Amino acid sequence: MGLFILRRLGVMILTAICLTFIVFFLTNLSPNLEKLAKSEVNQRMSDDAVTSWLANRGYAQPLPVKYGQWLGVLPGYVIEGTDGTVRGRCIGQGMAPEDAPTFCGILQGDWGQSSVFKDDVGSIIATRLGLTGKLMFWVMVVMVPGALIIGVLAGMREGSRTDRSLSTVSILSTATPEYVSGVIFIAVFSSSAVGLKWFKGTATSAMDDITFANFTLPVLTIALYGMGYIARMTRASMTEVMTAQYIRTARLKGVSFGNIVLKHALRNALIAPFTVIMLQFPWLLNGVVIVETLFNYKGFGWTLVQAAGNNDIELLLGVSVVSVVVVLTTQLISDIGYVYLNPRISVT
Amino acid sequence: MEPLIWGEIIIRIIGQFTPVWIALIVLFAASIVYKRKLGLYGKLFDSTIGMIGFALVMFWVFTAVFGAMGMIVTHDGLQQFASMKNKVPGTFLDEEGVYNYYLLGGDNLGRDVFTRMVKGSWEVVKIAPFATLFAFMVGITLGLPAGYYGGKLDTFLSFLANLILAFPVILLFYLLVTPEIVATGIPVYMAGILFIFPIVFMVILMNSRFYTQPAKRNMYLAFVLVIGAWLYLGIAWNADPLGIISFPANLLVVFVSVVFVNSPTVFRIVRGLAMDIKTRDYVAAAQTRGEGPWYIMLWEILPNARGPLIVDFCLRIGYTTILLGTLGFFGLGLSPESPDWGSTINEGRKLLSIYLHPALPPAFALLTLVLGLNLLADGLREESLRD
Repeated sequence: MGLFILRRLGVMILTAICLTFIVFFLTNLSPNLEKLAKSEVNQRMSDDAVTSWLANRGYAQPLPVKYGQWLGVLPGYVIEGTDGTVRGRCIGQGMAPEDAPTFCGILQGDWGQSSVFKDDVGSIIATRLGLTGKLMFWVMVVMVPGALIIGVLAGMREGSRTDRSLSTVSILSTATPEYVSGVIFIAVFSSSAVGLKWFKGTATSAMDDITFANFTLPVLTIALYGMGYIARMTRASMTEVMTAQYIRTARLKGVSFGNIVLKHALRNALIAPFTVIMLQFPWLLNGVVIVETLFNYKGFGWTLVQAAGNNDIELLLGVSVVSVVVVLTTQLISDIGYVYLNPRISVT
Repeated sequence: MEPLIWGEIIIRIIGQFTPVWIALIVLFAASIVYKRKLGLYGKLFDSTIGMIGFALVMFWVFTAVFGAMGMIVTHDGLQQFASMKNKVPGTFLDEEGVYNYYLLGGDNLGRDVFTRMVKGSWEVVKIAPFATLFAFMVGITLGLPAGYYGGKLDTFLSFLANLILAFPVILLFYLLVTPEIVATGIPVYMAGILFIFPIVFMVILMNSRFYTQPAKRNMYLAFVLVIGAWLYLGIAWNADPLGIISFPANLLVVFVSVVFVNSPTVFRIVRGLAMDIKTRDYVAAAQTRGEGPWYIMLWEILPNARGPLIVDFCLRIGYTTILLGTLGFFGLGLSPESPDWGSTINEGRKLLSIYLHPALPPAFALLTLVLGLNLLADGLREESLRD
């Protein structure tokens, strides 16, 4: 088991390095750098000015070198610019060039500066991630029990009317992407045209103070899309368990139906949904981006859109590191959890 | 003139869709009469769920095709009337020579919402099925050898697939579908690589089947290569020597990124199916007969994996539709005037608290199409499991 985890961790780190390199490569393409220079200084910069601006700030170095510096395995550049000032990757504001550390990258905990928010990337990501964490927590609280209950109820009597109607509901919910259900929810529950006005159509105020009125719609929107999928998996696994021999035995010896479902079937039926729930995280990340844009909740997904839309290189890299780590960690947990829950499977 | 009341609007909309209703009735009547002769497609008409799904899907397909031919639509879709800005459904339009009502109202630029919804279906129908088909070609061409041979090849390809899957889709879209990246030509190179797979697939398919009949094989191969190379040059590089095929650059980017996002999942499904099926007796029999590995993969394993693949194909078209909507929602790739559903939802949501009508029709359109595809997949799964 230890060896398995170690090997998976190795693959994880390799994947993370490859992915960040791809993001690094794409964000450091010359049209993107030109756009960055023009947005930082002014739009009508001459080509020569762009070139020297980029060269002074270390962008003209070869790509692997820049990547190494960002990662923190190569010493940060120190360049005496054409305008006479000495700039270095590790030289902060108001710091003498001699005092600066040699290495400053992700490995040293230095995430760089965001060009859009004019702030340290590490602290931006920490606050935004905290906000998204709250959203995710409530999504999980709504989605997981809801999906499991629907799935178990539908799967315990296959082909019954409950099964048919609940299955239709779950198909409907998987067919409704967040930007559709979100728009419909806002239209029905918060617009003045319908007039119900039960909830708020934006979640901006939820960043400071979460209330029932401002957080219900975003949570429901994300939860609904994932719910159908998990419910269908649970249903499939439940129907399979309900036809097993040991359930028939329990029935024949006179155990009540409620007890069969709760004590005999449920535990085995929940193994498959566990993996599915863990693997839903990457999808949830997508949902978070859409919903945070739709409801104007300034969390991690919103930051991703801002960073990508403005080619904020360091912030975008930070965002992708975090999301890649989240995705890979959940995959690892789901693999390990699967082994623990299902004794028939062994990793060795 | 008074605006129309809701009953009149509904009757007029149903009237506008007349060609679609006729086409649907003809299609269903023909299919139900001949359903015993039509294989899996015919069996679909034994399941209610499958029929409902199929009807929803075909409704939008017919709407898209007829709409592109200029039938269902009431207006131009791009023409703006200042007097119609944000007007409610059924508003009278006092202009000469145009349809006199905005059946589903006007959007914030005074364009007809109904027409844009109908035109939006064409945006989906012309991209989603082909993008999914290309993703399947890529996934099958790589997934079969990975599952059949296993070993180092499998490890490498699976690593690549997991790499792409670990990317949040939206981040990938933002990285690929920006004007700056398009200027570097990366999407064209990606198209150049991805679009070679269908040709490779067809060539191997023909070669492995007719290997023992060289005359026939050469004829088929020449045919596939000429047609394939012509389409390839036209679509991927926009360099068709005859000048017939051309592909708008922004559409190509969208197409490529959707294929790129979908193919790793298809790869994983095909790989899993190939690993399962290669242990069957008929594969062992083919190996004993001395068939080549590609013959076994494409003519023994692939036909036996068709059930799950057809079901996944339907689901994946739905997923692609959602992805296209996401692209439109974030304003990526497609032109700002484009009537696709994602863009119209995004435009409509800004005034959602006051005006509902611009955002809701495309939202419901997308919802019904994806629902139809999911129901269709469900029906197909049930029917293919029955035998």
